Amino acid sequence: MSDNYSYRRINLKKSLPMIFKYIILFLAVLIIITPVVMLVFGALKTRGEFMTRPYTIPIPPNWENYARVLRLPVFWSMLLNSFLVMIAKTTGVVIICSLTAFVFSRMKFRGQELLFNFFTLGIMFPIAIAILPVYLMVRQIGLTNNLWGVILVQTSFQLSICIVILRSFFKSVPSELQDASYIDGCNAFGFFWRILLPLSRPALAAVASLSMVASWNDLLVPLVLIDKKKLWTLPLGTMQFQGQYGIDLSLVAAFLTLSAVPAIIFYIFAERQIISGLTAGAIKG
Amino acid sequence: MKTTSVGEDVVVLPQKTRSTRRLQDRMTIVLFLLPALVLFSIFLVYPIFQSVYYSLFSWKGFGPAVNFIGLDNFKRILTDRIFLKAVGNGLLIVVSSLIIQLPLALALALMVGRKLRGRAFFRTIFFMPYVLSEVITGIMWMILFSPEPNRGFINAILILIPGLKAQPWLGDTRTVLLSIFVVLTWKFFGFHMLLYLAGLQNIPPEIEEAALIDGVNNRQMITLITIPLISSTIRTSVYLSVLGSLQVFALVWIMTKGGPVNASEVMSTYMYRFSFVRFQLGYGSAVAIVMLLISLVFSLAYLRMLRQTDYLN
Repeated sequence: MSDNYSYRRINLKKSLPMIFKYIILFLAVLIIITPVVMLVFGALKTRGEFMTRPYTIPIPPNWENYARVLRLPVFWSMLLNSFLVMIAKTTGVVIICSLTAFVFSRMKFRGQELLFNFFTLGIMFPIAIAILPVYLMVRQIGLTNNLWGVILVQTSFQLSICIVILRSFFKSVPSELQDASYIDGCNAFGFFWRILLPLSRPALAAVASLSMVASWNDLLVPLVLIDKKKLWTLPLGTMQFQGQYGIDLSLVAAFLTLSAVPAIIFYIFAERQIISGLTAGAIKG
Repeated sequence: MKTTSVGEDVVVLPQKTRSTRRLQDRMTIVLFLLPALVLFSIFLVYPIFQSVYYSLFSWKGFGPAVNFIGLDNFKRILTDRIFLKAVGNGLLIVVSSLIIQLPLALALALMVGRKLRGRAFFRTIFFMPYVLSEVITGIMWMILFSPEPNRGFINAILILIPGLKAQPWLGDTRTVLLSIFVVLTWKFFGFHMLLYLAGLQNIPPEIEEAALIDGVNNRQMITLITIPLISSTIRTSVYLSVLGSLQVFALVWIMTKGGPVNASEVMSTYMYRFSFVRFQLGYGSAVAIVMLLISLVFSLAYLRMLRQTDYLN
Protein backbone atom coordinates (compact mmCIF):
# COMPACT_ATOMS: atom_id res chain seq x y z
CA MET A 1 0.00 0.00 0.00
CA SER A 2 2.68 2.50 1.00
CA ASP A 3 4.71 1.40 -1.96
CA ASN A 4 1.85 2.21 -4.18
CA TYR A 5 1.48 5.57 -2.50
CA SER A 6 5.07 6.68 -3.01
CA TYR A 7 4.91 5.52 -6.57
CA ARG A 8 1.90 7.71 -7.06
CA ARG A 9 3.63 10.69 -5.52
CA ILE A 10 6.57 10.43 -7.85
CA ASN A 11 4.13 10.12 -10.67
CA LEU A 12 2.36 13.26 -9.57
CA LYS A 13 5.63 15.15 -9.46
CA LYS A 14 6.41 13.96 -12.94
CA SER A 15 2.99 14.59 -14.33
CA LEU A 16 2.60 18.10 -12.91
CA PRO A 17 4.52 19.75 -15.78
CA MET A 18 2.50 17.54 -18.10
CA ILE A 19 -0.77 18.86 -16.68
CA PHE A 20 0.56 22.39 -16.98
CA LYS A 21 1.42 21.69 -20.61
CA TYR A 22 -2.07 20.45 -21.35
CA ILE A 23 -3.65 23.47 -19.65
CA ILE A 24 -1.66 25.84 -21.87
CA LEU A 25 -2.36 23.84 -25.00
CA PHE A 26 -6.07 23.71 -24.29
CA LEU A 27 -6.10 27.45 -23.65
CA ALA A 28 -4.55 27.89 -27.07
CA VAL A 29 -7.15 25.56 -28.57
CA LEU A 30 -9.85 27.67 -26.95
CA ILE A 31 -8.45 30.87 -28.45
CA ILE A 32 -8.30 29.26 -31.88
CA ILE A 33 -11.79 27.82 -31.95
CA THR A 34 -13.79 30.47 -30.05
CA PRO A 35 -14.06 32.84 -33.04
CA VAL A 36 -15.25 30.00 -35.25
CA VAL A 37 -17.72 28.73 -32.68
CA MET A 38 -19.10 32.25 -32.18
CA LEU A 39 -19.60 32.50 -35.90
CA VAL A 40 -21.50 29.21 -36.10
CA PHE A 41 -23.64 30.17 -33.10
CA GLY A 42 -24.38 33.55 -34.65
CA ALA A 43 -25.46 31.96 -37.90
CA LEU A 44 -28.01 29.83 -36.08
CA LYS A 45 -29.81 32.80 -34.52
CA THR A 46 -32.44 35.15 -35.84
CA ARG A 47 -31.43 38.75 -36.31
CA GLY A 48 -33.28 39.70 -33.15
CA GLU A 49 -31.66 36.96 -31.09
CA PHE A 50 -28.27 38.05 -32.34
CA MET A 51 -28.95 41.52 -30.95
CA THR A 52 -30.41 40.51 -27.60
CA ARG A 53 -28.24 37.56 -26.59
CA PRO A 54 -25.37 37.29 -29.01
CA TYR A 55 -23.13 34.86 -27.14
CA THR A 56 -25.45 32.11 -25.99
CA ILE A 57 -25.86 28.68 -27.49
CA PRO A 58 -28.60 28.91 -30.11
CA ILE A 59 -31.44 26.76 -28.77
CA PRO A 60 -33.54 26.10 -30.74
CA PRO A 61 -31.33 26.60 -33.78
CA ASN A 62 -32.72 28.82 -36.48
CA TRP A 63 -31.87 27.41 -39.90
CA GLU A 64 -33.50 30.23 -41.84
CA ASN A 65 -30.21 32.11 -42.42
CA TYR A 66 -28.64 29.08 -44.05
CA ALA A 67 -31.74 28.52 -46.13
CA ARG A 68 -31.68 32.13 -47.28
CA VAL A 69 -28.05 31.92 -48.35
CA LEU A 70 -28.63 28.64 -50.15
CA ARG A 71 -31.55 30.17 -52.04
CA LEU A 72 -29.32 32.92 -53.44
CA PRO A 73 -28.43 32.02 -57.06
CA VAL A 74 -25.24 34.05 -56.75
CA PHE A 75 -24.00 31.77 -53.97
CA TRP A 76 -24.14 28.77 -56.28
CA SER A 77 -22.55 30.56 -59.21
CA MET A 78 -19.72 31.70 -56.94
CA LEU A 79 -19.25 28.20 -55.70
CA LEU A 80 -19.11 26.91 -59.26
CA ASN A 81 -16.69 29.62 -60.41
CA SER A 82 -14.34 29.00 -57.50
CA PHE A 83 -14.49 25.30 -58.18
CA LEU A 84 -13.75 25.67 -61.90
CA VAL A 85 -10.84 28.00 -61.28
CA MET A 86 -9.42 25.73 -58.61
CA ILE A 87 -9.60 22.59 -60.76
CA ALA A 88 -8.18 24.20 -63.90
CA LYS A 89 -5.40 25.93 -62.00
CA THR A 90 -4.42 22.84 -60.05
CA THR A 91 -4.37 20.67 -63.16
CA GLY A 92 -2.16 23.21 -64.88
CA VAL A 93 0.17 23.56 -61.91
CA VAL A 94 0.62 19.81 -61.46
CA ILE A 95 1.31 19.16 -65.15
CA ILE A 96 3.59 22.12 -65.77
CA CYS A 97 5.52 21.75 -62.53
CA SER A 98 6.16 18.06 -62.94
CA LEU A 99 7.50 18.62 -66.47
CA THR A 100 9.76 21.44 -65.29
CA ALA A 101 10.88 19.70 -62.12
CA PHE A 102 11.71 16.60 -64.14
CA VAL A 103 14.10 18.52 -66.35
CA PHE A 104 15.77 20.21 -63.37
CA SER A 105 16.16 17.03 -61.38
CA ARG A 106 17.00 14.47 -64.07
CA MET A 107 18.56 16.13 -67.08
CA LYS A 108 21.81 18.02 -67.47
CA PHE A 109 22.39 20.99 -69.71
CA ARG A 110 24.37 24.18 -69.81
CA GLY A 111 22.95 27.11 -67.84
CA GLN A 112 20.80 24.82 -65.73
CA GLU A 113 21.51 26.51 -62.38
CA LEU A 114 20.84 29.93 -63.81
CA LEU A 115 17.58 28.88 -65.40
CA PHE A 116 16.46 27.18 -62.20
CA ASN A 117 17.11 30.36 -60.24
CA PHE A 118 15.03 32.18 -62.81
CA PHE A 119 12.17 29.79 -62.15
CA THR A 120 12.29 30.47 -58.42
CA LEU A 121 11.79 34.19 -59.04
CA GLY A 122 8.11 33.84 -58.22
CA ILE A 123 8.95 33.24 -54.56
CA MET A 124 10.63 36.62 -54.22
CA PHE A 125 8.10 38.35 -56.47
CA PRO A 126 4.75 37.26 -55.08
CA ILE A 127 1.42 38.19 -56.58
CA ALA A 128 0.59 40.72 -53.85
CA ILE A 129 3.49 42.79 -55.12
CA ALA A 130 3.06 41.98 -58.81
CA ILE A 131 -0.66 42.57 -59.06
CA LEU A 132 -0.61 45.89 -60.92
CA PRO A 133 1.97 44.86 -63.53
CA VAL A 134 0.04 41.62 -64.00
CA TYR A 135 -3.28 43.43 -64.30
CA LEU A 136 -1.90 45.64 -67.08
CA MET A 137 -0.69 42.57 -68.94
CA VAL A 138 -3.98 40.71 -68.58
CA ARG A 139 -5.86 43.77 -69.79
CA GLN A 140 -3.63 43.96 -72.86
CA ILE A 141 -4.41 40.40 -73.87
CA GLY A 142 -8.09 40.94 -73.19
CA LEU A 143 -8.58 38.43 -70.39
CA THR A 144 -10.14 40.67 -67.76
CA ASN A 145 -13.64 39.58 -66.80
CA ASN A 146 -12.73 36.10 -67.89
CA LEU A 147 -12.08 33.16 -65.57
CA TRP A 148 -9.17 32.14 -67.81
CA GLY A 149 -7.38 35.30 -66.79
CA VAL A 150 -7.70 34.32 -63.13
CA ILE A 151 -6.64 30.75 -63.86
CA LEU A 152 -3.54 31.71 -65.85
CA VAL A 153 -2.37 34.29 -63.32
CA GLN A 154 -2.93 32.01 -60.34
CA THR A 155 -1.12 29.19 -62.15
CA SER A 156 1.88 31.35 -63.04
CA PHE A 157 2.35 32.51 -59.48
CA GLN A 158 2.06 29.03 -58.00
CA LEU A 159 4.73 27.53 -60.25
CA SER A 160 7.88 28.51 -58.38
CA ILE A 161 7.15 26.91 -55.04
CA CYS A 162 5.73 23.76 -56.61
CA ILE A 163 8.71 23.34 -58.92
CA VAL A 164 11.00 23.57 -55.89
CA ILE A 165 8.98 20.96 -53.98
CA LEU A 166 8.71 18.52 -56.86
CA ARG A 167 12.33 18.88 -57.86
CA SER A 168 13.57 17.93 -54.43
CA PHE A 169 11.23 14.94 -54.41
CA PHE A 170 12.20 13.81 -57.92
CA LYS A 171 15.85 14.08 -56.92
CA SER A 172 15.29 11.60 -54.12
CA VAL A 173 14.19 8.89 -56.58
CA PRO A 174 17.29 6.71 -57.09
CA SER A 175 19.05 7.26 -60.41
CA GLU A 176 19.50 3.48 -60.81
CA LEU A 177 15.81 3.34 -61.71
CA GLN A 178 16.42 5.78 -64.52
CA ASP A 179 19.43 3.80 -65.82
CA ALA A 180 17.46 0.59 -65.66
CA SER A 181 14.57 2.07 -67.59
CA TYR A 182 16.92 3.39 -70.27
CA ILE A 183 18.45 -0.05 -70.62
CA ASP A 184 14.96 -1.42 -71.03
CA GLY A 185 14.47 0.93 -73.94
CA CYS A 186 12.58 3.78 -72.31
CA ASN A 187 13.40 7.27 -73.43
CA ALA A 188 13.35 10.24 -71.10
CA PHE A 189 9.63 10.68 -71.51
CA GLY A 190 8.98 7.00 -70.90
CA PHE A 191 10.88 7.12 -67.65
CA PHE A 192 9.07 10.27 -66.60
CA TRP A 193 5.61 8.98 -67.46
CA ARG A 194 5.80 5.32 -66.48
CA ILE A 195 8.17 5.36 -63.53
CA LEU A 196 8.78 8.75 -61.99
CA LEU A 197 5.21 10.06 -61.91
CA PRO A 198 3.61 6.94 -60.40
CA LEU A 199 6.36 6.88 -57.77
CA SER A 200 5.77 10.54 -56.95
CA ARG A 201 2.07 10.33 -56.22
CA PRO A 202 2.40 11.59 -52.61
CA ALA A 203 4.42 14.61 -53.74
CA LEU A 204 1.98 15.34 -56.56
CA ALA A 205 -0.92 15.13 -54.09
CA ALA A 206 0.89 17.53 -51.77
CA VAL A 207 1.52 20.03 -54.55
CA ALA A 208 -2.07 19.71 -55.76
CA SER A 209 -3.50 20.30 -52.26
CA LEU A 210 -1.31 23.32 -51.74
CA SER A 211 -2.39 24.81 -55.02
CA MET A 212 -6.06 24.09 -54.34
CA VAL A 213 -6.05 25.83 -50.97
CA ALA A 214 -4.24 28.85 -52.41
CA SER A 215 -6.69 29.12 -55.29
CA TRP A 216 -9.83 28.62 -53.22
CA ASN A 217 -8.84 31.36 -50.77
CA ASP A 218 -7.39 33.86 -53.22
CA LEU A 219 -9.06 37.26 -53.12
CA LEU A 220 -6.61 39.58 -54.83
CA VAL A 221 -6.53 38.15 -58.36
CA PRO A 222 -10.31 37.91 -58.86
CA LEU A 223 -10.78 41.25 -57.10
CA VAL A 224 -8.60 42.96 -59.64
CA LEU A 225 -9.52 41.00 -62.76
CA ILE A 226 -13.26 40.37 -62.35
CA ASP A 227 -16.10 42.90 -62.36
CA LYS A 228 -19.06 40.88 -63.57
CA LYS A 229 -21.21 39.50 -60.79
CA LYS A 230 -21.75 36.18 -62.49
CA LEU A 231 -17.98 35.57 -62.60
CA TRP A 232 -17.38 36.26 -58.89
CA THR A 233 -15.46 33.64 -57.00
CA LEU A 234 -16.30 32.75 -53.43
CA PRO A 235 -13.85 35.08 -51.63
CA LEU A 236 -14.73 37.99 -53.91
CA GLY A 237 -18.46 37.38 -53.52
CA THR A 238 -18.11 36.97 -49.77
CA MET A 239 -16.48 40.35 -49.54
CA GLN A 240 -19.25 41.94 -51.64
CA PHE A 241 -21.93 40.13 -49.64
CA GLN A 242 -20.54 41.54 -46.42
CA GLY A 243 -20.60 45.00 -47.94
CA GLN A 244 -24.22 44.59 -48.96
CA TYR A 245 -25.73 42.81 -45.94
CA GLY A 246 -23.18 43.91 -43.34
CA ILE A 247 -25.88 44.99 -40.87
CA ASP A 248 -27.56 41.60 -40.73
CA LEU A 249 -24.78 39.87 -38.84
CA SER A 250 -26.50 36.52 -38.48
CA LEU A 251 -26.99 36.31 -42.24
CA VAL A 252 -23.34 37.26 -42.84
CA ALA A 253 -22.31 34.63 -40.33
CA ALA A 254 -24.35 32.01 -42.17
CA PHE A 255 -22.77 33.05 -45.45
CA LEU A 256 -19.29 32.85 -43.96
CA THR A 257 -19.76 29.43 -42.41
CA LEU A 258 -21.26 28.06 -45.62
CA SER A 259 -18.40 29.38 -47.70
CA ALA A 260 -15.93 27.91 -45.20
CA VAL A 261 -17.49 24.46 -45.33
CA PRO A 262 -15.81 23.27 -48.56
CA ALA A 263 -12.41 24.36 -47.26
CA ILE A 264 -12.96 22.66 -43.90
CA ILE A 265 -14.12 19.41 -45.50
CA PHE A 266 -11.17 19.47 -47.84
CA TYR A 267 -8.84 20.17 -44.93
CA ILE A 268 -10.16 17.22 -42.95
CA PHE A 269 -9.60 14.85 -45.87
CA ALA A 270 -6.33 16.25 -47.17
CA GLU A 271 -4.65 17.48 -44.00
CA ARG A 272 -1.69 15.16 -44.49
CA GLN A 273 -1.15 16.23 -48.10
CA ILE A 274 -1.47 19.93 -47.33
CA ILE A 275 0.94 19.65 -44.44
CA SER A 276 3.50 17.64 -46.33
CA GLY A 277 3.31 20.08 -49.24
CA LEU A 278 3.91 23.04 -46.98
CA THR A 279 6.67 21.49 -44.94
CA ALA A 280 8.42 20.02 -47.98
CA GLY A 281 8.43 23.43 -49.63
CA ALA A 282 9.78 25.10 -46.56
CA ILE A 283 12.20 22.57 -45.19
CA LYS A 284 13.84 21.16 -48.25
CA GLY A 285 13.51 24.31 -50.34
CA MET B 1 14.13 -1.17 -79.34
CA LYS B 2 12.46 -2.85 -76.44
CA THR B 3 14.44 -6.04 -76.84
CA THR B 4 17.84 -4.38 -77.27
CA SER B 5 20.13 -5.72 -74.59
CA VAL B 6 22.99 -3.87 -72.97
CA GLY B 7 25.58 -5.69 -75.07
CA GLU B 8 24.03 -4.79 -78.38
CA ASP B 9 23.49 -1.25 -77.28
CA VAL B 10 27.13 -0.73 -76.52
CA VAL B 11 28.73 -2.85 -79.21
CA VAL B 12 26.51 -2.54 -82.26
CA LEU B 13 24.94 0.88 -82.22
CA PRO B 14 27.04 3.07 -79.97
CA GLN B 15 27.30 6.15 -82.13
CA LYS B 16 23.81 6.23 -83.47
CA THR B 17 21.92 5.61 -80.24
CA ARG B 18 24.00 8.13 -78.40
CA SER B 19 23.36 10.90 -80.89
CA THR B 20 19.66 10.17 -81.26
CA ARG B 21 19.39 9.99 -77.50
CA ARG B 22 21.08 13.33 -77.14
CA LEU B 23 18.75 14.86 -79.71
CA GLN B 24 15.78 13.30 -77.94
CA ASP B 25 16.98 14.67 -74.61
CA ARG B 26 17.35 18.14 -76.06
CA MET B 27 13.84 17.97 -77.45
CA THR B 28 12.55 16.79 -74.09
CA ILE B 29 14.27 19.63 -72.25
CA VAL B 30 12.90 22.26 -74.59
CA LEU B 31 9.38 20.86 -74.73
CA PHE B 32 9.15 20.27 -70.99
CA LEU B 33 10.38 23.71 -70.04
CA LEU B 34 8.28 25.51 -72.61
CA PRO B 35 4.95 25.83 -70.75
CA ALA B 36 6.51 27.20 -67.57
CA LEU B 37 8.78 29.46 -69.56
CA VAL B 38 5.87 30.89 -71.55
CA LEU B 39 3.71 31.54 -68.48
CA PHE B 40 6.64 33.07 -66.62
CA SER B 41 7.53 35.35 -69.47
CA ILE B 42 3.97 36.54 -70.06
CA PHE B 43 2.82 36.96 -66.48
CA LEU B 44 6.00 37.67 -64.56
CA VAL B 45 8.95 38.91 -66.54
CA TYR B 46 7.29 41.00 -69.21
CA PRO B 47 4.94 42.74 -66.71
CA ILE B 48 7.91 43.73 -64.54
CA PHE B 49 9.72 45.37 -67.41
CA GLN B 50 6.55 47.00 -68.61
CA SER B 51 5.95 48.44 -65.15
CA VAL B 52 9.47 49.80 -65.00
CA TYR B 53 8.60 51.64 -68.21
CA TYR B 54 5.23 52.92 -66.96
CA SER B 55 6.74 54.02 -63.66
CA LEU B 56 8.44 56.83 -65.56
CA PHE B 57 5.14 58.30 -66.69
CA SER B 58 2.17 60.04 -65.21
CA TRP B 59 -0.49 57.75 -66.64
CA LYS B 60 -4.16 57.26 -65.89
CA GLY B 61 -4.28 53.87 -67.55
CA PHE B 62 -6.09 54.75 -70.78
CA GLY B 63 -4.42 55.27 -74.11
CA PRO B 64 -0.65 55.25 -74.49
CA ALA B 65 1.49 56.73 -71.76
CA VAL B 66 2.81 60.03 -73.10
CA ASN B 67 3.39 62.24 -70.10
CA PHE B 68 7.02 61.34 -69.34
CA ILE B 69 8.10 62.57 -65.93
CA GLY B 70 11.36 60.71 -65.36
CA LEU B 71 11.94 59.66 -61.77
CA ASP B 72 9.35 62.01 -60.30
CA ASN B 73 7.11 59.12 -59.26
CA PHE B 74 9.92 57.64 -57.22
CA LYS B 75 10.71 60.99 -55.65
CA ARG B 76 7.08 61.33 -54.71
CA ILE B 77 6.97 57.84 -53.19
CA LEU B 78 10.03 58.38 -51.05
CA THR B 79 8.73 61.68 -49.72
CA ASP B 80 5.11 60.64 -49.27
CA ARG B 81 4.32 60.54 -45.58
CA ILE B 82 1.67 57.88 -46.07
CA PHE B 83 3.98 55.57 -47.98
CA LEU B 84 6.62 55.90 -45.27
CA LYS B 85 3.90 55.16 -42.71
CA ALA B 86 3.02 52.03 -44.71
CA VAL B 87 6.66 50.93 -44.71
CA GLY B 88 6.86 51.60 -40.98
CA ASN B 89 3.71 49.58 -40.33
CA GLY B 90 5.11 46.76 -42.44
CA LEU B 91 8.30 46.78 -40.39
CA LEU B 92 6.29 46.77 -37.17
CA ILE B 93 4.38 43.72 -38.38
CA VAL B 94 7.62 42.02 -39.41
CA VAL B 95 9.33 42.70 -36.10
CA SER B 96 6.37 41.75 -33.93
CA SER B 97 5.94 38.55 -35.93
CA LEU B 98 9.57 37.69 -35.30
CA ILE B 99 9.56 38.44 -31.59
CA ILE B 100 6.05 37.30 -30.68
CA GLN B 101 4.47 35.07 -33.27
CA LEU B 102 7.41 32.81 -34.06
CA PRO B 103 8.54 32.26 -30.44
CA LEU B 104 4.93 31.46 -29.56
CA ALA B 105 4.77 28.94 -32.38
CA LEU B 106 8.08 27.45 -31.30
CA ALA B 107 7.00 27.18 -27.66
CA LEU B 108 3.79 25.40 -28.60
CA ALA B 109 5.63 23.12 -31.01
CA LEU B 110 8.08 22.18 -28.26
CA MET B 111 5.17 21.46 -25.91
CA VAL B 112 3.47 19.23 -28.42
CA GLY B 113 6.82 17.73 -29.31
CA ARG B 114 7.08 14.34 -30.91
CA LYS B 115 5.06 12.04 -28.77
CA LEU B 116 2.60 13.99 -26.67
CA ARG B 117 -0.73 12.25 -26.46
CA GLY B 118 -3.21 14.15 -28.63
CA ARG B 119 -0.46 15.48 -30.88
CA ALA B 120 -2.51 15.03 -34.04
CA PHE B 121 -5.50 16.76 -32.47
CA PHE B 122 -3.52 19.84 -31.48
CA ARG B 123 -1.85 20.01 -34.86
CA THR B 124 -5.19 19.85 -36.67
CA ILE B 125 -6.74 22.59 -34.54
CA PHE B 126 -3.76 24.94 -34.58
CA PHE B 127 -3.35 24.68 -38.31
CA MET B 128 -7.04 25.13 -39.15
CA PRO B 129 -7.00 28.97 -39.33
CA TYR B 130 -4.39 28.75 -42.07
CA VAL B 131 -6.86 26.93 -44.30
CA LEU B 132 -9.66 29.46 -43.78
CA SER B 133 -9.56 32.22 -46.37
CA GLU B 134 -8.36 35.67 -45.40
CA VAL B 135 -11.76 37.02 -46.39
CA ILE B 136 -13.60 34.77 -43.95
CA THR B 137 -10.99 35.41 -41.26
CA GLY B 138 -11.16 39.15 -41.75
CA ILE B 139 -14.94 39.45 -41.61
CA MET B 140 -15.16 37.07 -38.67
CA TRP B 141 -12.70 39.15 -36.65
CA MET B 142 -14.38 42.38 -37.68
CA ILE B 143 -17.49 41.09 -35.93
CA LEU B 144 -15.46 40.00 -32.90
CA PHE B 145 -13.81 43.43 -32.70
CA SER B 146 -17.11 45.35 -32.94
CA PRO B 147 -17.03 48.36 -30.63
CA GLU B 148 -20.38 47.58 -28.96
CA PRO B 149 -20.08 44.82 -26.34
CA ASN B 150 -23.39 43.29 -27.45
CA ARG B 151 -21.96 42.62 -30.92
CA GLY B 152 -18.24 42.23 -30.40
CA PHE B 153 -17.22 39.29 -28.26
CA ILE B 154 -13.84 40.78 -27.36
CA ASN B 155 -15.40 43.85 -25.79
CA ALA B 156 -17.99 41.67 -24.10
CA ILE B 157 -15.15 39.83 -22.35
CA LEU B 158 -13.27 43.03 -21.67
CA ILE B 159 -16.06 44.79 -19.80
CA LEU B 160 -16.33 41.83 -17.43
CA ILE B 161 -12.95 42.90 -16.03
CA PRO B 162 -13.52 45.74 -13.58
CA GLY B 163 -11.98 49.03 -14.61
CA LEU B 164 -11.80 48.23 -18.33
CA LYS B 165 -14.02 49.82 -20.94
CA ALA B 166 -15.06 48.72 -24.41
CA GLN B 167 -12.59 49.77 -27.09
CA PRO B 168 -13.26 50.61 -30.74
CA TRP B 169 -10.32 48.32 -31.67
CA LEU B 170 -10.31 48.67 -35.46
CA GLY B 171 -11.63 52.23 -35.35
CA ASP B 172 -8.88 53.70 -33.20
CA THR B 173 -5.57 54.73 -34.71
CA ARG B 174 -3.77 53.53 -31.59
CA THR B 175 -5.18 50.00 -31.43
CA VAL B 176 -5.84 49.15 -35.06
CA LEU B 177 -2.41 47.76 -35.88
CA LEU B 178 -2.35 45.73 -32.69
CA SER B 179 -5.75 44.28 -33.56
CA ILE B 180 -4.60 43.33 -37.04
CA PHE B 181 -1.51 41.76 -35.57
CA VAL B 182 -3.67 39.63 -33.27
CA VAL B 183 -5.57 38.34 -36.30
CA LEU B 184 -2.37 37.68 -38.24
CA THR B 185 -1.01 35.72 -35.30
CA TRP B 186 -4.25 33.77 -34.93
CA LYS B 187 -4.15 32.84 -38.60
CA PHE B 188 -0.46 32.15 -39.19
CA PHE B 189 1.18 30.89 -36.00
CA GLY B 190 -0.11 27.39 -36.77
CA PHE B 191 1.78 27.38 -40.05
CA HIS B 192 5.07 28.13 -38.33
CA MET B 193 4.29 25.65 -35.59
CA LEU B 194 3.80 23.05 -38.30
CA LEU B 195 7.22 23.80 -39.74
CA TYR B 196 8.81 23.43 -36.31
CA LEU B 197 7.00 20.17 -35.69
CA ALA B 198 8.32 18.85 -38.98
CA GLY B 199 11.79 20.02 -38.00
CA LEU B 200 11.51 18.28 -34.61
CA GLN B 201 10.45 15.12 -36.41
CA ASN B 202 13.79 15.13 -38.21
CA ILE B 203 15.89 15.09 -35.03
CA PRO B 204 17.17 11.58 -34.39
CA PRO B 205 15.85 10.49 -30.95
CA GLU B 206 19.29 9.05 -30.10
CA ILE B 207 20.76 12.53 -29.75
CA GLU B 208 18.26 13.52 -27.09
CA GLU B 209 18.62 10.18 -25.37
CA ALA B 210 22.38 10.63 -25.25
CA ALA B 211 21.95 14.10 -23.81
CA LEU B 212 19.62 12.73 -21.15
CA ILE B 213 22.24 10.18 -20.17
CA ASP B 214 24.74 13.02 -19.92
CA GLY B 215 22.40 14.56 -17.39
CA VAL B 216 21.09 17.69 -19.09
CA ASN B 217 17.98 19.23 -17.61
CA ASN B 218 14.92 20.32 -19.54
CA ARG B 219 16.03 23.86 -20.18
CA GLN B 220 19.47 22.81 -21.37
CA MET B 221 17.90 20.21 -23.60
CA ILE B 222 15.83 22.86 -25.34
CA THR B 223 18.40 25.63 -25.60
CA LEU B 224 21.51 23.54 -26.25
CA ILE B 225 20.20 20.55 -28.16
CA THR B 226 16.76 20.97 -29.69
CA ILE B 227 16.83 24.56 -30.93
CA PRO B 228 20.29 24.34 -32.54
CA LEU B 229 19.19 21.15 -34.28
CA ILE B 230 16.16 22.80 -35.86
CA SER B 231 17.97 26.05 -36.61
CA SER B 232 17.66 25.59 -40.36
CA THR B 233 13.89 25.23 -39.99
CA ILE B 234 13.83 28.36 -37.85
CA ARG B 235 15.74 30.28 -40.49
CA THR B 236 13.29 29.17 -43.15
CA SER B 237 10.35 30.16 -41.02
CA VAL B 238 11.89 33.58 -40.39
CA TYR B 239 12.33 34.04 -44.13
CA LEU B 240 8.75 33.02 -44.91
CA SER B 241 7.40 35.16 -42.09
CA VAL B 242 9.15 38.29 -43.34
CA LEU B 243 8.13 37.69 -46.96
CA GLY B 244 4.58 36.95 -45.80
CA SER B 245 4.41 40.13 -43.74
CA LEU B 246 5.43 42.16 -46.77
CA GLN B 247 2.53 40.66 -48.72
CA VAL B 248 -0.30 41.12 -46.25
CA PHE B 249 -3.18 42.50 -48.25
CA ALA B 250 -6.58 40.83 -48.03
CA LEU B 251 -6.85 40.85 -44.23
CA VAL B 252 -6.05 44.54 -43.95
CA TRP B 253 -8.16 45.50 -46.93
CA ILE B 254 -11.17 43.62 -45.59
CA MET B 255 -10.93 44.85 -42.01
CA THR B 256 -9.81 48.47 -42.32
CA LYS B 257 -8.90 49.37 -45.92
CA GLY B 258 -5.73 50.81 -44.36
CA GLY B 259 -7.62 53.17 -42.07
CA PRO B 260 -8.54 54.90 -39.90
CA VAL B 261 -6.52 57.80 -41.31
CA ASN B 262 -3.92 55.44 -42.77
CA ALA B 263 -3.07 54.05 -39.34
CA SER B 264 -3.04 50.47 -40.67
CA GLU B 265 -1.76 51.21 -44.17
CA VAL B 266 0.71 48.66 -45.53
CA MET B 267 2.58 48.78 -48.82
CA SER B 268 0.21 46.49 -50.68
CA THR B 269 -2.93 48.40 -49.66
CA TYR B 270 -1.16 51.62 -50.60
CA MET B 271 -0.35 50.27 -54.04
CA TYR B 272 -3.86 48.88 -54.45
CA ARG B 273 -5.44 52.21 -53.58
CA PHE B 274 -3.37 54.22 -56.02
CA SER B 275 -3.70 51.65 -58.80
CA PHE B 276 -7.27 50.42 -58.60
CA VAL B 277 -9.14 53.09 -56.67
CA ARG B 278 -7.47 56.27 -57.92
CA PHE B 279 -6.21 54.80 -61.20
CA GLN B 280 -2.81 56.49 -61.07
CA LEU B 281 -1.23 53.58 -62.86
CA GLY B 282 2.13 55.20 -63.49
CA TYR B 283 2.53 55.97 -59.82
CA GLY B 284 1.18 52.52 -58.85
CA SER B 285 3.78 50.93 -61.13
CA ALA B 286 6.51 52.86 -59.39
CA VAL B 287 5.21 51.65 -56.01
CA ALA B 288 5.23 48.08 -57.32
CA ILE B 289 8.83 48.47 -58.43
CA VAL B 290 9.85 49.82 -55.02
CA MET B 291 8.10 46.90 -53.30
CA LEU B 292 9.77 44.45 -55.63
CA LEU B 293 13.16 45.93 -54.87
CA ILE B 294 12.55 45.72 -51.12
CA SER B 295 11.51 42.07 -51.41
CA LEU B 296 14.43 41.26 -53.70
CA VAL B 297 17.04 42.98 -51.55
CA PHE B 298 15.75 41.28 -48.44
CA SER B 299 15.69 37.86 -50.11
CA LEU B 300 19.16 38.12 -51.57
CA ALA B 301 20.65 39.55 -48.36
CA TYR B 302 19.02 36.89 -46.21
CA LEU B 303 19.99 34.01 -48.46
CA ARG B 304 23.53 35.32 -48.64
CA MET B 305 23.74 35.69 -44.89
CA LEU B 306 22.50 32.13 -44.47
CA ARG B 307 25.08 30.81 -46.85
CA GLN B 308 27.83 32.56 -44.94
CA THR B 309 26.75 31.21 -41.58
CA ASP B 310 26.43 27.77 -43.13
CA TYR B 311 29.99 28.02 -44.34
CA LEU B 312 31.11 29.01 -40.86
CA ASN B 313 29.51 25.98 -39.33
